[in-house]
Amino acid sequence: MATTTKNSTESKKNSSTTEFSPKTYMEWYEMMLLIRRFEERTLMEYGRQNIRGFCHVYIGQEAIAAGLISALRPEDPVVTGYRQHGIAIAKGLHPNACMAELWGKKTGAVKGKGGSMHFFSNEHRYFGGNGIVGAQIPIGTGIGFAEKYKGTDNLAVCMFGDGAARQGALYESLNMAQTWKLPVLYICENNHYAMGTSVERTSSLTDIYRVGETFDIPSEAVDGMDPGAVHNAMARAAEYIRAGNGPYFLEINTYRYKGHSVSDPARYRTKEELKEYMAKDPVKLLEKKIIEQEIATEEQVKAIKDKIKATIEEAVTFAQESPYPEPHELYDDNYVEDDYPFLT
Amino acid sequence: MSRVLALRDALKEAMIEEMRLDERVFLMGEEVAQYNGAYKVSKGMLDEFGEKRVIDTPITELGFAGIGVGAAMNGLRPIVEFMTWNFAILAFDQIVNNAAKTLSQSAGEFKCPIVFRGPSGAAGQLAQQHSQTFESWMANTPGLKVISCIDPGDAKGLLKSAIRDENPVCVMESEIMYGFQGEVPDGEYLVPIGKAAIRREGSDVTIVSYNKMVEEAKKAAEELEKEGISAEVIDLRTIRPMDHATIIASVQKTNRLVVVDEAWPFAGVSAEVAYIVQKHAFDYLDAPVIRVNSADVSLGYAPTFVDEYLPNPTKIIKAVKEVMYVNK
Ligand SMILES: Cc1ncc(C[n+]2csc(CCOP(=O)(O)OP(=O)(O)O)c2C)c(N)n1
Ligand SMILES: [Mg+2]
Repeated sequence: MATTTKNSTESKKNSSTTEFSPKTYMEWYEMMLLIRRFEERTLMEYGRQNIRGFCHVYIGQEAIAAGLISALRPEDPVVTGYRQHGIAIAKGLHPNACMAELWGKKTGAVKGKGGSMHFFSNEHRYFGGNGIVGAQIPIGTGIGFAEKYKGTDNLAVCMFGDGAARQGALYESLNMAQTWKLPVLYICENNHYAMGTSVERTSSLTDIYRVGETFDIPSEAVDGMDPGAVHNAMARAAEYIRAGNGPYFLEINTYRYKGHSVSDPARYRTKEELKEYMAKDPVKLLEKKIIEQEIATEEQVKAIKDKIKATIEEAVTFAQESPYPEPHELYDDNYVEDDYPFLT
Repeated sequence: MSRVLALRDALKEAMIEEMRLDERVFLMGEEVAQYNGAYKVSKGMLDEFGEKRVIDTPITELGFAGIGVGAAMNGLRPIVEFMTWNFAILAFDQIVNNAAKTLSQSAGEFKCPIVFRGPSGAAGQLAQQHSQTFESWMANTPGLKVISCIDPGDAKGLLKSAIRDENPVCVMESEIMYGFQGEVPDGEYLVPIGKAAIRREGSDVTIVSYNKMVEEAKKAAEELEKEGISAEVIDLRTIRPMDHATIIASVQKTNRLVVVDEAWPFAGVSAEVAYIVQKHAFDYLDAPVIRVNSADVSLGYAPTFVDEYLPNPTKIIKAVKEVMYVNK
């Protein structure tokens, strides 16, 4: 890995211990802060009833999205569940399109059809937010199957939660992926809860990466609060998969700071536990590292914050000023044909 | 005497009463125990019955539905809760291929007395995967009984009947009606499976509906009353077996029928009602039967889509006027 070349003679800390280039740290920081601020604004707009339905935010899990942009390629397809705003943004969907989708507007990522749980973008190789827990696991496997079939060296990223890891679909998928050596990177985002149910209460096997091992798939547990650790694990996995060895399994340990969805007060976990994880806030820790190790100046960090603030404001204004889809557009895109004879 | 209870509390009472009466009855599903139910239907049940009988499962619909089937075949009486019926799709193999067929394929050696329950139907801006209606899916399958009712008093009595029934019974509730209040009789009572209820008497037109659409039909009937049209509103309560007698008697009186059904139109409950009426009351009909369904598409998220999609009083009134040949 490239170490920073920044001159640090006045520094109290030695910045030459940093593992990645300043550019990489700053890209991570910008992406993670963008997601954090996007999600904070999402919660605010939900409170104002501009966003409705089920809404699950990514706050606390941003370092995983960061690793995705630095360790993998834009051409690598990604599929995930309904906690998807951060992943979609990391895959390159514009915050305007994402915010407008949350508002149910015609200019949204999927024209107001999907809302919080379902963004998609063929252009950005983002295969969606799936609302059925675990459904994306065989789908991600199939996306990988197609890459292999077409002879690319892309890998399919298949993301799911700790709760989803109990669905039979995972076991079926892992078995086929390993047997057929499919280029799939399975990422279990273990935020320790599936709604109100902790990992310990749903399985005797609490180290989820060991599920991968049972199929002889190389599998690792990763610190999901550290983008560097996430990057390194994903980079190792990508190298292995692109060499044609078959799937790889990462259990990335993370935490969601908010409730499961907007309506969940999260009474099932202790204040102490939340505090413990708050101390590991990936965005704050990265910012601290950037300043302390002089990866960037405070002014540079402030400039990023200001830029992101403006991006979010622009996204909200865009969403607000966009029209709702016309009622008749409900009939669009149910069939490929324009003249499908719907029953009335 | 009676009390006013919300639907969720009426359903909970049904489960609690049956569990007190019968040691074999237990409740199993996602978040039913420690979290007190995703929609708080099972609130307090873990405290009363303990972990042996109120069981939190992992997110494994196919697996725990199958565990329910096996337990039912082996002498227990499971109540399997699905967070919503949308997720029960994962368990259709166990419901349709096993629960429904146990009695037939074992030639009566084994019964499968099990209740599968949870909310069905749209619940606001939840988009395509979380807004579906399942009565006709399940009612298409011989071997299953299907209940769908949001009146708290009736829902309680029906759920108790379902728990005591020797067959597998699918019970369809409603996410947005769990807080809906109604009179619930005091003391022990059952509501029989297979009997519809007349929610409002009328003489000019019959409106047949079920689940939360009954409330839309009642609102439409009130509006129609102001215009001098007297509508009779029938709540099917049970979808399978369907109470043909009540429907036919009403149509013989009113000579006109509108079916209001939240499900999609194709091969649905509305089609079934229209079929049995033309079969058994053809000569009594003064106009073709008209149905009001959700739009024949997947429901998108935007509020404009939800309004366009669902049946509502305006659409019902229009349909009623059509069967009455009133044009305004
Ligand atoms: C098949 C299915 N069952 C149940 C649900 C309801 N549900 C939505 S999210 C969720 C918890 C999932 O937890 P996890 O996989 O850990 O993901 P996280 O929310 O923590 O990101 C449940 C039970 C669903 N959407 N789909
Ligand atoms: Mg989780």
